[in-house]
Amino acid sequence: MRLVIRKDFEAVSYHVAKYVKERIKEFAPTATKPFVLGLPTGSSPVGVYRNLVKFHQAGELSFQHIITFNMDEYVGLPRDHPESYHSFMWSNLFKHVDILPENVHILDGNATDLDLECQRYEEKIAAVGGIELFLGGIGPDGHIAFNEPGSSLNSRTRVKTLAYDTIVANARFFDNDITKVPNLALTVGVATVMDAREVCIIITGAHKALALAKCIEEGVNHMWTVSAIQLHPRGMVVCDEDATLELHVKTVNYFKSIEKVHEQLIGSDNVGLQGGVRSWRGGAESTYHQ
Amino acid sequence: MQYPVALQLHNFISAPSSPEPNTPLPENTPKVIKITNCRVLKDHKIVEKDAIWIQDGKIIDPHKFFWYQKRLPDVVLDAEGLLVAPGFIEAQINGAFGVDFSVPSDQETYERGLTKVSRGLLKYGTTSYCPTIVSSSAAVYHQVLPLLKPRPGSSVLGASILGAHVEGPFINEARVGAHELKALQASAKNGFQDFKSVYGFEGDTPEAQRKLSKENLHSVKIITCAPELNGVMESIPDLVKAGITVSVGHSMANTLQAEEAVMQGATFITHLFNAMPQFHHRDPGVIGLLGSRLDLPRPYYGLICDGIHVHPNSVKIAYDSHPEGVILVTDAMSAMGLSPGNYQLGNMDVTKKKDHVVIEGTNTLAGSVITLDACMRNFIQFTSCSLIEALEAVTLHPAVLLGIQDSKGVIKPGADADLVFLSDDLYVKRVFVAGQEVDLGAIDV
Repeated sequence: MRLVIRKDFEAVSYHVAKYVKERIKEFAPTATKPFVLGLPTGSSPVGVYRNLVKFHQAGELSFQHIITFNMDEYVGLPRDHPESYHSFMWSNLFKHVDILPENVHILDGNATDLDLECQRYEEKIAAVGGIELFLGGIGPDGHIAFNEPGSSLNSRTRVKTLAYDTIVANARFFDNDITKVPNLALTVGVATVMDAREVCIIITGAHKALALAKCIEEGVNHMWTVSAIQLHPRGMVVCDEDATLELHVKTVNYFKSIEKVHEQLIGSDNVGLQGGVRSWRGGAESTYHQ
Repeated sequence: MQYPVALQLHNFISAPSSPEPNTPLPENTPKVIKITNCRVLKDHKIVEKDAIWIQDGKIIDPHKFFWYQKRLPDVVLDAEGLLVAPGFIEAQINGAFGVDFSVPSDQETYERGLTKVSRGLLKYGTTSYCPTIVSSSAAVYHQVLPLLKPRPGSSVLGASILGAHVEGPFINEARVGAHELKALQASAKNGFQDFKSVYGFEGDTPEAQRKLSKENLHSVKIITCAPELNGVMESIPDLVKAGITVSVGHSMANTLQAEEAVMQGATFITHLFNAMPQFHHRDPGVIGLLGSRLDLPRPYYGLICDGIHVHPNSVKIAYDSHPEGVILVTDAMSAMGLSPGNYQLGNMDVTKKKDHVVIEGTNTLAGSVITLDACMRNFIQFTSCSLIEALEAVTLHPAVLLGIQDSKGVIKPGADADLVFLSDDLYVKRVFVAGQEVDLGAIDV
């Protein structure tokens, strides 16, 4: 797993957006080989989307051959409700870019058969060849998507009851009336996310510090479901300095030092997007030392 | 799987299911136009870098379009960063381009004149208007009003007609302005009945009166009258009930009478300051309505903003006292839009200069020839108001006055796609009527 630490929320957002852009550029998607992207909602990815829109407006990134799958959606909320995840994705990303509407997939919380909807969602993901890169955030309780503590780490897309704390926290978007907050949601499972060929989790802010520490320094544990990333061959966490507050100094120094080696000793040009080394001319004669 | 009862299934709102992608569209599905890169006047704000979506002549909600119709727009146009406002609404205009609405003629000639004005007004950003008829004989009204029924606009036929503004004849001869004295009616002693017979409303049979509807009212949208005349005050509620906007104008009413008119249902003041007693601090008259403290909101007021009919300082005083009520009007006469020169219009010989018109050989104003976009530019200069307030004075405010704010004067889903694109210095660059772009260069009036 790679842990990339940046100064603050803006720097994290820019880094992740740039990473996504470079990944897509490297992949060179076409109509027959589209890039399948998994997307989150919430406050963590807002900056990433803002930067992606800027790249698109500058002509550096096209969404024409990108297929997206969102992580979750409330049950029973009309699609055009301002708090639905459809609305969130529309105003933060889709309305500004050239993505094709038929390439956008978000779970339908108003389907008549919710179980079937979840099953079909998994089938749709498989039909396009699986997800290439899944972006995600993390809750203060370490949950990914709506996989609240106690969710099976082998779970797939399904209906979940929201935790009471989550409902109370969301009431602020529903006129502070908890009876108006949806109490069910459809969500991708932990395994659905980890099935992606690459997973990138965005973690910013001091209130997420404990969750980050539990997820990467302690064991794989269903009470902190993001910890499943420890078993992913290509996992990445991008966080800001505040989110590292509960990590051991040793952990933070270790990951920062790897980046330093990449930049100064190997040369950042020779390091692939995922940290693999592309070419290496080692030895004392190496010209990469400052 | 059975969900627990506490789920409250009645909270589900069944949304229409999305069509499968690649289903062929039904024939004649209207094209969807997306106009990108606009600064849009929406909800009392100017939204930067926004887009407007149009289908079938109306503005649509792109959110619904994306999720339910799952299509991309058929046509994408670039507004190049221009300011996009709703098309302007003109509440008082007597004619333009040599056409005078109060001069009856055969139907074909009259309609040609109407179309000429409707098209020409687009150049100044006006996409909806109320052709105004000055005080005339009953015969003239009977002939002309049936030709002024509301009709939608189009990029070819021009601005939409909202119905006529009949200015008179129940007005005070002491404030006759430019109207002909002999056309005035001194009173309406039979009340609403007199209005009906002068204007030639259909529906004189008891049968039709029972079903009195806007259809029957020969397309009258606004009536300017003097409430102090005998019988007029009592008629106001009937006029309002018939769907007409009643306006106080060409009047000698004192403030008490003017306020009574508002209580009876009048909602507009015709060209404030003009054709009414000047402001007196102990007897403010109709102008005093701007300082009223009634249970009802203060009325809207029209301002001819050419800097000539009303002194710029007076414009600012009126605006400062009641900013939410301002509606800019041109009250333009038939020489508006003509190039400078001498013309014979009706029984008048006039000399049109660049922005005003005089009786030939004199310095006497022969009326107004200002255009509505110029009114708006003057208004900002005179009052230092915000861009949004100036735009709303020619869009939202007249729409609310006339009760048409769901379809005109606003940019929101469901409204008519009448749009005007303005440069930073507020000159009209592009115009859309009912979702179609107007070829401004092809308008030859």
